[in-house]
Parts: sequence; structure tokens; C-alpha cells
Amino acid sequence: MAGLTGRFSTVVKAKISKLLDRAEDPSETLEYSYQKQMELLQNVKKGLADVVTAKKRLQLQSQKLEQQVVKLDTQARQALAAGNEELARTALERKSAVQNELQGLDTQVAELEGQQQSMIDNQAKLQAKIEAFRSKKEVIKAQYSAAEAQVRIGEAATGVGEEMADVGLAMQRALDKTENMRARAQAVDELEKAGAFEDLTQLGGGEDDIDRQLKELSSGSQVDSELEKMKAELAGGGKSAGELGSGDAPATGEGQSA
Amino acid sequence: MIVRIATEGQYRLADDAVARVNALDNEAVAAVEAGDEARFTDLFGQILALIRDEGAPLPEDELHGSDVIVPPPDTSFEEARHEFTGDGLIPD
Repeated sequence: MAGLTGRFSTVVKAKISKLLDRAEDPSETLEYSYQKQMELLQNVKKGLADVVTAKKRLQLQSQKLEQQVVKLDTQARQALAAGNEELARTALERKSAVQNELQGLDTQVAELEGQQQSMIDNQAKLQAKIEAFRSKKEVIKAQYSAAEAQVRIGEAATGVGEEMADVGLAMQRALDKTENMRARAQAVDELEKAGAFEDLTQLGGGEDDIDRQLKELSSGSQVDSELEKMKAELAGGGKSAGELGSGDAPATGEGQSA
Repeated sequence: MIVRIATEGQYRLADDAVARVNALDNEAVAAVEAGDEARFTDLFGQILALIRDEGAPLPEDELHGSDVIVPPPDTSFEEARHEFTGDGLIPD
């Protein structure tokens, strides 16, 4: 077979024969594969610890971003209620960007969970193959002449060798991915710490004072709402509910922005 | 034939299905060479689906070397490209 698969097969098979060459006699493959399995087991343990740590960190970031979404949503409503549609739009744009980031994090957490499970599965599969090799070896030795047994054990050893190489590959890819996610989580942490996160999520430039404006607005509208409340109290209870309702209606602009 | 999807497992696959895998694989290579990522992703997905749908998973206690080894299901377009420029998926 040519193509990508052909090329990949050739590379993997070369790797396997190199792996098996380390055992001088095919029957030594058992010992070697046990040793290899122990190494893999250590890698799985380390890998699982890494996965759990990376997952926790991403989940923590996820929570922070969720709080940010709520905050931006509130700010947008406040801006809108104060009649500043431009500012409300900017807040909603930011909210949408944060939501995108949040979705990315959720995908990664799910991916890490998948990694964790496949590490465990792979380890179990290798163990099953080693056990099969152990029993098969005894059967072959009992049934065949020494020369014939050597050949058949060699064939079985290739099967175990391929499994070892494959589990090794799976483990390496899982660890690489975890490493990438850790680096990404760290990058997001650093951005947040440096205060650059606001810039990252906003779509337009030169809006550094938006938070300040929103703060002014929110304190401004607090005054307004208190005034409204007072007005309502003076005029009688029913009216304030109607005004709150009209304030909610323009929030459909959120749908346009997302 | 025995086909392994790397990092996933081994399947026993009929010869005519292997021939179809081969044809798809050649198209996938053409897509990689043309820099067409969407086409590569589609074709590689078809290769994996074909093996999983038509192949019979090899029992865990069977020991065979594979006739064909397909790259891991999560192989990226970038990795597929490197596979042809010498810097393969498997480091030494």
C-alpha cells in the first residue's frame, strides 16, 4: 500500500523491529515487554496526574470567564438602559468574544477527559496482549520443535512489539496534548494577570476607558434607578414594573451580536 | 488483512475493503500535496469510518503484526504534511 498509510506503516514497522532487536531472542520479548509495560504504567500515572491538573486549571479559568460573561451582560443592560447603545454593543461584543474563549476551554476539558480514558484503555490492552503472549509462548514450546517454536514465538513477539509501539505512541500524543493545553492555560492566566485580557476580547481599538465609562454609567444609572424608584413611589407602585419591562426589550440586540 | 488504526486498535478487514482504503489513501495524499486541508480531513475520516464499519476488531488475546497501519485518528493536516517531508509522526 502506498500513500500516507503505506508510509506510516513502514515507519512504524521499522520502529517495531528496532524495539524487538533489543531482545536477542524472541522469547526474551516477554521479559522486555513486561519491563516496557512497567515504564508505560509509570508514564500513565504521571500522564493522569498531568491531565487532572490541567483539567482543574482549565475548569477554574472557565468559571472566571463565566463570571465575566455575567458581568458584561449586566453592563450591556445598564448601558442600554442609560440610552448608550454604542457602549452596550461593545460590551456585548466582548461578551461574545469571551463566550467563544469559553467554548474553546470546554472543548479542551472534554478532550482531556477523553485522553484520560484512552490512556487507561491502552494500558489495559497492552496488559492483555502480554498475558496472551505469555500463555501462547508456553503452548508453542510444548507443541513445536525448537526451530519451529522460535519462528512462531517471533511472530507473536511482533504482535506484542506492535502493541508496545502503539501504546507508546498513544501515550506520547496524550502527553504532548496535555502539555499544549497547559501552555495555553498558562498563556490565558498571564494575559489575565497582565490585564491584557480585556484587550484580547474586544474587537475595536482605543477603548481602554470603556470599563471606566461603564462604571460611571452604572453609578449614574444607580442614581437614575433610585430616582425612578422614588418617582414610582410618589406616583404609586404599578408604573415601575412597566418601565423595567421596556428596559429589557432592547436586550435582543445580544442575539445580533452573538 | 489485519489493519491497525494507530493508538486505537487492530481490525480484520476483507481484501476488497483494503483496496478501497488504498484508493482513498491515494486521494488523501493528493489532497495533502495540493494543500487542501478540508479534502484531506474528509478523506481521512472516510478511511477511518470504512475500517471501523467493515472491519472486525481483533480480540485482545490475539497476537498478530498488522499488514497495514493507519495513522492515529487525531492526525492533523500539519502532521500528515510532515509525514511526507521526512519529519514523520514518529520520532526516533
